[in-house]
Amino acid sequence: MHKIAASTIDWDAVRGDFPILRERAHGHPLIYLDSAATSQKPRAVIEALRNFYEHENANVHRGLHTLSTRATEAYEKARRRVAEYIGAASADEIVFTRGTTESINLVAQAWGGKFIRQGDVILLTVMEHHSNLVPWQLLAERTGARLRFVPVLDDGTLDLDQLSSLLTPEVKLFAFTHISNSLGTINPVANLCAKAHAVGVLALVDAAQSVGHLPINVRELGCDFLAFSGHKMCGPTGIGALYARAEILDSMPPYHGGGEMIVSVTLEKTTFKKAPHRFEAGTPNVAGAIGLAAAIDYLEQIGRPAIFEHDSQLARYAAERLTELPGTRVFGPTDERGALVGFVMDAAHPHDLTTFADQYGLAMRGGHHCNQPLMRRFGVSGTTRASFYFYNTMEEIDRMIEILQAAVRFFS
Amino acid sequence: MIPEIEELYQEVILDHSRRPRNFGELPDAAVLVHGDNPACGDEINLAVKFDTSGGLQDIKFTGRGCAISQASASLMTMKLKGKSREEVLEMLHAFHDLVTNETNEAPKKLGDLRVMRGVRNFPLRVKCAMLAWRAVEQALEQGVGEAIVSTEPA
Repeated sequence: MHKIAASTIDWDAVRGDFPILRERAHGHPLIYLDSAATSQKPRAVIEALRNFYEHENANVHRGLHTLSTRATEAYEKARRRVAEYIGAASADEIVFTRGTTESINLVAQAWGGKFIRQGDVILLTVMEHHSNLVPWQLLAERTGARLRFVPVLDDGTLDLDQLSSLLTPEVKLFAFTHISNSLGTINPVANLCAKAHAVGVLALVDAAQSVGHLPINVRELGCDFLAFSGHKMCGPTGIGALYARAEILDSMPPYHGGGEMIVSVTLEKTTFKKAPHRFEAGTPNVAGAIGLAAAIDYLEQIGRPAIFEHDSQLARYAAERLTELPGTRVFGPTDERGALVGFVMDAAHPHDLTTFADQYGLAMRGGHHCNQPLMRRFGVSGTTRASFYFYNTMEEIDRMIEILQAAVRFFS
Repeated sequence: MIPEIEELYQEVILDHSRRPRNFGELPDAAVLVHGDNPACGDEINLAVKFDTSGGLQDIKFTGRGCAISQASASLMTMKLKGKSREEVLEMLHAFHDLVTNETNEAPKKLGDLRVMRGVRNFPLRVKCAMLAWRAVEQALEQGVGEAIVSTEPA
């Protein structure tokens, strides 16, 4: 069992909880610096999935037999666990989805379809991941609404001076990321939500890069919607959640139609269940939800304040070391940053760098990171990104720098 | 140094990526093809001028992207200049086999292009190597005017 404060945590023991980190790649010890794409899974989560399939597997909310009761209880317990984890007032405010992308699409289709009209404006930012951009483009196309964007400054922060002039009466929703997946910028969520609410605008937070890294309380942040994925926070792929404030969720029409979300169906008409079940048509990802709850238990044993302290220290150290390399441009804020750092090197294109690094067992991501407008904003076609989680070490960052130095020698 | 890296990034490839040949505008081009690889952000603009029998009289490119995409474009233009339409298509198929087929012997007619064979060990980089070739294929098809080609068909 791991302790609370970062300084007293045995991070080597924590690292030992992740079997995959003992893998080798191209004959070298794996250095996994791609957790912003997906995190690795601790044994506790892998065991929870196995335990479910060995002892509890059945469909939920319909069978009256023993296993279905167990599966239903475990699934609804997972929903309560997610609610507690993000500080929601009730488990009824949590809809299980496939992940952040589906959560945002659900809001765009169900809420947007009902409440957005021609001439309305959705306010976004230039740093949004495509998953918090494309669903709104589709909604705008369907409804005649318009999109508007908060600019990004050279230091990778939002141009907040522009916010009040952008939050005009036509704006119905302000949707923004908590932590930029390319820049590492941590946006002032509570402040942004307050500014939106002050002019009657709802706020949606994309928490994909933050929810597994730092404490989040939706009531303290004041957001109306929060979207996230399980797989970036030690949970399985294919499970995530949408938090929406109860009164908003209750006002939203169904998203998908099918089994599980109905009270009664005749050939002509259907009465739908209340939220959140109204939004979960079909057999849900039961195992995934249980795996996500196990991931939450695991993260809370370590403690998010300790995780954040450790992660952001790694990211700051990496950013510092990278600036020592010749011809290297590091993106994002210099002081506080999330657990990642994006950079470009004169010596080599991101894809050449990541191909080179991979041959030494170092996994990084090169490309546009589903952030093409942001890449354009900074005048690059892509970056190389090293992203961290609490199982990474300072030694791995030192090794990354050595490998990048070798790449500079090789490509120059 | 790691053998796969040395095979992929042979000195000839690094040289062509640093100092691409036939790089620049072709003012009297018959066809201009913009090729992009959206997954990577590689881009090339390929300009082709045909001779009276439809062969490639001149070919130039500009672009930016990874070493593989830019070196491949540079090597390709050197190889294809002066070739007939049939020869170009034959070369295109032979090159595609070279960078995708693990068992194939590299045909002699590819000449210098054979330095690109290391790409076959890196399936994710095949699109980088093929970008310029997709553009020239489009140029032949189009014959005149401007065209766009992508490694990710919409």
